[in-house]
Amino acid sequence: MSDQPLVSTSEIARIFREEYGRTVAVLVRRFGDIDLAEEAVQDAFATAVQRWPSDGVPPSPAGWLITTARNRIIDRLRREASRDDRHALAAVMQSRDDVEEEVVGDADVGDERLRLMFTCCHPALALNVQVALTLRLLGGLTTETIARAFLVPPATMAQRLVRAKGKIRDARIPYRVPHAADLPARLRGVLAVIYLIFNEGYTASSGERLTRDDLCAEAIRLGRQLNDLMAGEPEVTGLLALMLLIDARRGARVSADGSLVRLADQDRRHWNRALIREGQALVRRCLARNQPGPYQIQAAINAVHSDARAAADTDWRQILMLYDQLMAVAPTPVAALNRAVAVAEVEGPHAALTIVDGLDLERYYLFHAIRADLLRRLGRSSEAARAYDAAIERCDNTAERDFLQRRQTEVQDS
Amino acid sequence: MKQYLLSIYQPDGPPPADLDLKRIMRDVHALRDDMKRAGAWVFSGGLHDASTATVVRVNDGEPLITDGPFTEGKEHLGGFTIIKAADLDGALDWGRKLATVLTPLAIEVRPFHDDATH
Repeated sequence: MSDQPLVSTSEIARIFREEYGRTVAVLVRRFGDIDLAEEAVQDAFATAVQRWPSDGVPPSPAGWLITTARNRIIDRLRREASRDDRHALAAVMQSRDDVEEEVVGDADVGDERLRLMFTCCHPALALNVQVALTLRLLGGLTTETIARAFLVPPATMAQRLVRAKGKIRDARIPYRVPHAADLPARLRGVLAVIYLIFNEGYTASSGERLTRDDLCAEAIRLGRQLNDLMAGEPEVTGLLALMLLIDARRGARVSADGSLVRLADQDRRHWNRALIREGQALVRRCLARNQPGPYQIQAAINAVHSDARAAADTDWRQILMLYDQLMAVAPTPVAALNRAVAVAEVEGPHAALTIVDGLDLERYYLFHAIRADLLRRLGRSSEAARAYDAAIERCDNTAERDFLQRRQTEVQDS
Repeated sequence: MKQYLLSIYQPDGPPPADLDLKRIMRDVHALRDDMKRAGAWVFSGGLHDASTATVVRVNDGEPLITDGPFTEGKEHLGGFTIIKAADLDGALDWGRKLATVLTPLAIEVRPFHDDATH
C-alpha cells in the first residue's frame, strides 16, 4: 500500500455533501425512521474517511454508502431486537435485496430524494421548520451551521429539528411525491423553500455580513437536483435560472470594504460569465415551453439585466414588458414595487412614484428605499431624506443599512 | 391505517342569527356518510356549549370539582370526529372537507398513538 492517499479528505467532504441527501432519503424510505437513517449515514461517512484514502473511492460512492449504512442499521436492529421484534426484523432483512436494487437504479434513488424533499416541505410544517429540515436532511448541513445561518441558538435549532422529525413520524407525514392534483401547489412550496434559502444567503435578513455564501451554494445545489429530478416542470428550471443569474452578480455586489453596490453601479467585469451563460440558456429553454410562471419571468428579467454591458445599455422596455407579464400571472405588491423601478426608467420617476404611493407595503424597507430614490430624482430632497430614514428603521442587515445611510446623508447635503 | 382526531373549534355562545344550521347539519351528516362509505369513520359527536362543562381534579385523594371548561378563552372544542387514514395527507383531506362544510370554523387534525384501542 502506498503512503499517498488515493483520495483527499476534502474530496470525501465534497462527496459527503453531494451524496448525503440521496443516502438519507433511501434509508428513510426503507426503514421509516429519520434519526436511524441519519445516524447510520454519519457512521458510513466516518467509515469512508478511514477506508477510502487507502482503498480508493468505490465506483458508486452512493451505492457504497447506502449499503454500508443499511448494514449498520440492520446490525443495530438485530442487537436491539427483543423476541417480539424478531418477526418484524425478518421482514426488514428480506428488504436487503430491494435496497440493493434501488441503489443500482439511479433513477429510483433520485425519486427517493424527491420524496424526501416533499416531506421536508410539507405544509403541515411551519416554513422555518421546512427550511431547517431541508438543509439538514437533503443538504447534510450540521444543526450548528443551520443555527448560525438563521441566528438562533444551536439548542433552539436542535429542538426545532427534533420536534419536526417527531411530527413526521407520529402524525405520519408521508414520503411521497404528491398526486397530480396536489402537485402544483406542493411544488410551489418546495420552490419557495429553496428560494428562501437562497435569499437568506444572498441578503441575510439580519446580521453584519451582506451574504452568506454557503446558503446560496446550497440553494443552487438543491435547485440543480430538483431540476434534474423534475426536468418537465418549467418553474423548476425557472427558479434555477433565476438563482444562477442573481448569484452571477455576487462578486460585484459587495465592495472591498464589504459595503453594498447597487446593480447600476456594479463593475460588470466582475460578473460570473459562466453562470450567466448557463442561466440564460435555461431561461431560453423554459420560456420555449410557453408555460410562463413567476420564477421563469423573474429569471427572464435578470437575463435582460445580464445582457447589458453597462447599466446605461439596459433594455428597460423589455424589462417593463416582463414585469407586466409577471403582474398578470402573480400580481403581488412586491412585484408591483419592482415593476415601478422599471416604470421609472421608461416613463420617468413621477409615473413610478404614483404607482409606489398606491402600494400597501408600509412595513417593507425596500418600499421606503425605492420611494426615497424616486423622491430624490424628483428633487424633493427633504421628503427623500425622511423616506430613507423610514427604510433604515425597517432594515436589519448592517451592510444594506449603511448603504441607505450614505444615500440619506447625500440627499440631506444636496 | 392510523387514527386521527379531527377537533372542531368554535366560538362560545349562540351561533350567529343568519347561520343556516339545518343546511350545515345536513352537510355534516352527508360528510359522515362519505367517511363511512370510504371506511374512514370511527366515531363522531357534537358537544353542548363549553358553559356546560365540569372539571374534576384529585388532590391528595380528594376530588376537586370546578364549574366551567378546563381552558380559558373565547373558543372551545365544539365537536369531534375520529377517522382512519393511511397518512397525514389522507387525514388532512378529510379535515379540509369538514372545514369546508363548517366554514369559517377551524379543524385541528391530531394523530393518535399507534396503539390506540379500536
